[in-house]
Amino acid sequence: MAITGITEATRAEVARSLTGKRRDIRETLFSLVLLLTLITALAVLIVLLFNVARTAVPLLMHQGGRVLGNDYSALPQNAGIRSGLIGSIYLMIFVILLAVPLGICAAIYMEEYARDTRLARFINTNIRNLAGVPAIVYGIFGFAVFAQLLGSVTGPKVGGLSLLTGGLTISLMVLPIVIITTQEALRSVPTGIREGGFGVGATRWEVIRSHVLPNAAPGILTGSVLAMARALGETAPLIMVGAVTGFLSTHGGPLASLREKFTALPTLIFTYTKKPLPELQDLAAAAILVLILMIFFVNLTAILLRNRYERKW
Amino acid sequence: MAQAVISTPITAEVLRGNPARLRRERRMRALFFSAALLSVLISIGIVLSLLGGTIDFLRKVDLSTLWSDGWLPRNNLFDIKTIVVGTLIVALIAMVVAAPLGLGAALYLSEYATPRARRYLKPIIETLASIPSVVLGYFAIRVISPELVQRVFGSQVPLFNMFAAGIAVGLLVTPLVASVAEDALHAVPHALREASFGLGARRRSTSMRVVFPAAVSGITAALILGVSRAIGETMIVAIVAGGTGGSLFTLNPLKGGQTMTAAIAALATGSDQVRGTDAAYPSLFFVGLLLFALTLGLNLLSEGFVRRVRRRF
Repeated sequence: MAITGITEATRAEVARSLTGKRRDIRETLFSLVLLLTLITALAVLIVLLFNVARTAVPLLMHQGGRVLGNDYSALPQNAGIRSGLIGSIYLMIFVILLAVPLGICAAIYMEEYARDTRLARFINTNIRNLAGVPAIVYGIFGFAVFAQLLGSVTGPKVGGLSLLTGGLTISLMVLPIVIITTQEALRSVPTGIREGGFGVGATRWEVIRSHVLPNAAPGILTGSVLAMARALGETAPLIMVGAVTGFLSTHGGPLASLREKFTALPTLIFTYTKKPLPELQDLAAAAILVLILMIFFVNLTAILLRNRYERKW
Repeated sequence: MAQAVISTPITAEVLRGNPARLRRERRMRALFFSAALLSVLISIGIVLSLLGGTIDFLRKVDLSTLWSDGWLPRNNLFDIKTIVVGTLIVALIAMVVAAPLGLGAALYLSEYATPRARRYLKPIIETLASIPSVVLGYFAIRVISPELVQRVFGSQVPLFNMFAAGIAVGLLVTPLVASVAEDALHAVPHALREASFGLGARRRSTSMRVVFPAAVSGITAALILGVSRAIGETMIVAIVAGGTGGSLFTLNPLKGGQTMTAAIAALATGSDQVRGTDAAYPSLFFVGLLLFALTLGLNLLSEGFVRRVRRRF
């Protein structure tokens, strides 16, 4: 068998290895092709950043005050991105106050309380599917429920297309991300830690508060930060709930503007990109640079947190 | 506390525990449970809001317009095949870009990169995944369409075309495909690789004939997830696919076309809504339901493949 099966190619292979020429052209080529795909994927990032920076950096250097200090305008000399910046920060606050606590609570139930019942499995599958629902479908949902059904509460003067509607919609969109990452963080806490708590007579909530949550905190924090990054860049649900106009009311403080029109940085980018005037398209580049810097900063925080507190049990 | 228990005789009263603590325990449990239940309510809300609008739409529209010459809500034409075929064309081009780039990068990261290189490259790929889609939309209209598509296919190609949109969506989906596929390849037990090396196989044969087939379920899941994301992607197609005012049925990717998500966005931002008939506005719920059902089906399929991997190893 070993002898009859030997072909010419095998002999050549044996000869090559015996003569010490171990480098195989095809082997080298294959690894080069794979490396090339990786480099292409990374090169796109670099080309994109370079292209944006080439337009945005001079604009921000020479007219930074106008760009960052003015609101939306169709006139290039007056146009800026201030309203989008403030709107995006408002939306972040919604995510921190709403999606993060709700997501953590839901994850605690699924990991610490729920037994393996049919209901629990159903809720789990449901959360996983919610994470895969396209962003724009959340926009339709937010529009139908928060803007139309509850319009008299969320924004009577603007037909429900208010900051409150936008914040609620975006919070619900990132909720599954917070739940899933928190579940993973809770799962990584060893059972022995919990049993130690139960052993001295603590109730389940006491064990969670004093033992589980402190140990899972870095993971939960990382997940929440990633959810914020996602919320910062998402545009589609916001254009469904009225954030295209580019106006943001800042009279009378944040609480008063809750029920007024709103906008956000990504929707401003969308609006400016669609304008035919090149000056306004350049403004989109400036907004992109600011947005990408914000998102990278948020992501960097998450990675640093993960490396700083990562613990091996 | 512990002493108090020991010094008093053990009665049923003592074993029952402190009622205030038990009450708090029940309150917390109820709080966590309602948070978990909220995710189910969101799903129900999404389905109900989509169904309500769809029924409204189907009642108002002349059913023969659902299979006509194009998707032109202003002219009361709601051809389903235009937006479905447009979506599939964009998704197909996206996967032609994302599948080789994503899988190649995943294979390199998992089989060829040194652990040190992998530690630096993986976060960069994840950073690539956090670039907002609206940014890639800007990139598509400023760079991909004029510098790549129009230069290769000639300047008679319009600036707004489905080909550029497909490439941009593919670049957006690449990191996701790479990340999920890399997880699947990484989960293949090391013993399989070592057995292959022990038989004298080179790295290329080991990757392609041993590791790749062992991870094929996870890789399929990554590709399906990529398709699902490509179908649900909104901002890129809304900016560059060229369907702002609706579109006639076309199979030519070098022309402007309409996708399901772009149709929804166009209806929401008002460009199609202004002079539309009664049916124009509720048609966005109909398209939303179509999109929701399609992505849900793909996500469930992908989840099934992932579960197969988990059972095997």
